[in-house]
Amino acid sequence: MSLLEINNLHVKVDDHEILKGIDLRVNPGEVHSIMGPNGSGKSTLAQVLARRESYDVTRGSVLFGGKDLLEMKPEDAACEGIFMAFQYPVEIPGISNAYFLRSALNAIRKYRGEEEVDAMDFLPLLREKAKLLEMDEKLMNRSVNESFSGGEKKRNEILQMAVLEPRLAILDETDSGLDIDALRIVAKGVNAMRSPERAMIVVTHYQRLLNYIVPDFVHVLVGGRIVRSGGPELALELEKQGYAALEVEARKAASLA
Amino acid sequence: MSGAGGNVIAATQRDIHGYHEAFAAFEKAAPGAELPWLRKLRSDAFARFAEVGFPTSRDEDWRFTNVSPVSQGNFLLARNGVESLRPGQIEPFEFPQALRLVFVNGRFAPALSSVAALATGAQVASLASVLNENPALAEPFLGRYLDTRRDAFCALNTAFLADGGYVRIPKSTVLPQPVHLLFVTSGQRIPAVAHPRNLIVVEPGSQAAIIEDYISLDDLPGLCNSATELIAGEGANVSHYLVEREHDRAFNFSTLRIQQARNSNVASHSILVGGALVRNNVHPVLAGEGAECLINGLFIGRGSQHLDNYMLVEHASPHCASRQFYNGILGDRAHGVFHGRIVVRKDAQKTDAKQTNRNLLLSDEAQIDTKPQLEIFADDVKCTHGATIGQIEEKALFYLRSRGIDEQSARRLLLLAFASECLDRMKEDGVRERIEKLIHEHISRMRQPSRRASASAGEAVPSLEEVL
Repeated sequence: MSLLEINNLHVKVDDHEILKGIDLRVNPGEVHSIMGPNGSGKSTLAQVLARRESYDVTRGSVLFGGKDLLEMKPEDAACEGIFMAFQYPVEIPGISNAYFLRSALNAIRKYRGEEEVDAMDFLPLLREKAKLLEMDEKLMNRSVNESFSGGEKKRNEILQMAVLEPRLAILDETDSGLDIDALRIVAKGVNAMRSPERAMIVVTHYQRLLNYIVPDFVHVLVGGRIVRSGGPELALELEKQGYAALEVEARKAASLA
Repeated sequence: MSGAGGNVIAATQRDIHGYHEAFAAFEKAAPGAELPWLRKLRSDAFARFAEVGFPTSRDEDWRFTNVSPVSQGNFLLARNGVESLRPGQIEPFEFPQALRLVFVNGRFAPALSSVAALATGAQVASLASVLNENPALAEPFLGRYLDTRRDAFCALNTAFLADGGYVRIPKSTVLPQPVHLLFVTSGQRIPAVAHPRNLIVVEPGSQAAIIEDYISLDDLPGLCNSATELIAGEGANVSHYLVEREHDRAFNFSTLRIQQARNSNVASHSILVGGALVRNNVHPVLAGEGAECLINGLFIGRGSQHLDNYMLVEHASPHCASRQFYNGILGDRAHGVFHGRIVVRKDAQKTDAKQTNRNLLLSDEAQIDTKPQLEIFADDVKCTHGATIGQIEEKALFYLRSRGIDEQSARRLLLLAFASECLDRMKEDGVRERIEKLIHEHISRMRQPSRRASASAGEAVPSLEEVL
């Protein structure tokens, strides 16, 4: 059984159909990359999987670990093991990063019937993960993402992922806005988390990130449909040719359908 | 028109009729009744009250607040109810390490109070005892600053002034412990009124923290109408905390009048979580050059609570700075008011005044009226004001939930974060921690209807939009 099974998924936002029938299977241990031009529906797919409520699923089904993901609230999906690294991490003044992360970890542990972690035990864990992402410890006591630089925000997302240890990690354009050094650090953090039990979906516009996080599969999303699937070499091909040819192809296919 | 005017006068006379009798009886037996200056202070104040009566919503300063439950209520002067208290009943309300003066129904209760001998020469006592034993201490200050002409409730308080906290910190003295003035309503059989009056004199170069705290231990809809005069001498450093945590049938009117000398620094923190109808007046006058004040507040309403904050910040000298920050959280049908008036006198050049009022509405029926009012007569000043009204941000809520935190907890966390902006400005750690606990308890009891997000509702709601 696949970890994630998406069948014929159709999604509307404001009465506008964004996803027009997505099929995707993701198995434990696999890294899938979803590539595509702006507006193709990549982020919508990521947000629907993280259960953002403002998206309207009109057709299709999504199973996660055999359970109906579309019936889950965002917190339930998280507790089941889905984690999305946000394209635009939210600033939350007044809640410290450390307190937020421990609350999240304990919510998930509680859901799984595990014992909660107290502040004393949590601190060493947080320190270890922060070191992996070369994050200043001082950021842990600051408010969540507040006046973090763009790179710090993205590293903070991966830090959360490292602490929460999801079964499926979705990286939504984590590379956008990163300089090459920050990109390397983020990729190092992500690669450290690759394991036979964990799957990843890496959503990106550019091939650059995939030099550092090498996927097992690449899917190209255009106009709300997956138009091509292949191995890592597909990303290189796209880098050379651009999305234009595929977009034309997709429009032709849409008009025929 | 004349007919309507006649009705208003008739209503006013009916409203205050009972007060005439009460005042005649009170005046004879009040603490310091034999002192000519005090007799005059009381009778002038009563005359003023009798002249104007209670305000109505036609009065600009009372536009958003209907006081008819108070003006038409029949309150008797509270009786001493100290015998109604059981041992340990006030313990949950104590502040750690604080000197404590407890007033039950407006009267000092020595047995419940704890004022250790103060080596510093500071005085912490009941105002009644000062008026009876050493009135010369109070005479130069009492009634000198509070404006009984502007506000009928201040006039009423002054007419009936009898007891409250008296704090005097001599020159160049730091009072290490905060002073906790705890006002308890207890054991009344009919709705009663008390008029606590506090006098706080912090002499030049000294430092003190005062907590004015209102609680109710019975469940009658009583009225507490308090007034505080706080005089900060040159270079003095004073923190004042107002905590209103009475039950949700109580009426609480309070005025804090602050007089600031040169280079003094005063912080006023107001925390309103209780009361049915609450009016919180804060009125600092920056009278000496280089004085600074912080006016910080947090009001949290639910049910049908009405919480009205009226700020009047008067810049009367050059080079003074004032900072106002008020945050409101309103759920159910609660109604909040923030009226922020800043007056900059002609000579108050280089004034630096800032005002911010942020509000979160948790339900469609909750309401906030926010009104900045700037009157600037000097020409070289910096005055800014801004107000925001919003809901819990859907983005932030989703972010927390996407990490596994359930919706109710996520909402609570966001409210605490919003409240923490105010808590962070309180510099006395022990006091802040106690208030933080109070706020946590209060917020965790709030009902938070989750808004069913329609396809795009989350995006369409303007969150904390600047309405400057």
